Amino acid sequence: MLELHHGPLHVEEILNRWYNQYRDQNCGAFVTFVGIVRDEDGIEGLSFDVYEPILKSWFDAWQERAKQRDAHLVMAHSMGDVPNHTSSYISGVISPKRRAGLELLDVFVEDFKAKAPIWKYDLINGKRVYAKERSTALPGAGILGGN
Amino acid sequence: MARVEFLGPIGRDSEEISVNTLAQLKEHFKDDEKLSRWLEICSVAINDRLVSSLDTPIKEGDKISLLPPVCGG
Repeated sequence: MLELHHGPLHVEEILNRWYNQYRDQNCGAFVTFVGIVRDEDGIEGLSFDVYEPILKSWFDAWQERAKQRDAHLVMAHSMGDVPNHTSSYISGVISPKRRAGLELLDVFVEDFKAKAPIWKYDLINGKRVYAKERSTALPGAGILGGN
Repeated sequence: MARVEFLGPIGRDSEEISVNTLAQLKEHFKDDEKLSRWLEICSVAINDRLVSSLDTPIKEGDKISLLPPVCGG
């Protein structure tokens, strides 16, 4: 399940809903990661643009991988502005046993950071500033550049 | 004609362009100095699939997306 929400995520509502949705599937582990916006370098928060078509196909490919391990992935991400000390990203794995769940969540989140078509901006004095230095080029970057 | 979209922070409206390959698209943009800085770091998707070859054909009605470096979460 992939969810996109405008603004900060309602963490309690999302986690409770997922727990109640998957608790009866006789899986022993529900492993989650909640990302919280930090107050640093004078920012008021973060802001995000999301390119949904590629995000969806990226997530669907991961869900197939999870299925092969009898696991299921869930993810929620914000679009637009997210103030400091609120959440922009939650992901989770429902899995029969904890070790597989913990390992899958680790690789899933790392690949998310590297590949998900989402652009981050710092909010400074009400303006969006692209977080270029913290961003990762996607495969094939620069193909149209140079000579 | 194919449609070129400039995603995320590039901040440019989409354009209709008549080209047959990615190499021709590169040629089309070569004198655009402001865009060149983005092109150095952007990846390209055609119909929402990332591509890695300049020989990739572009057909009538294709959607070409330029994707700057990402930072989800």
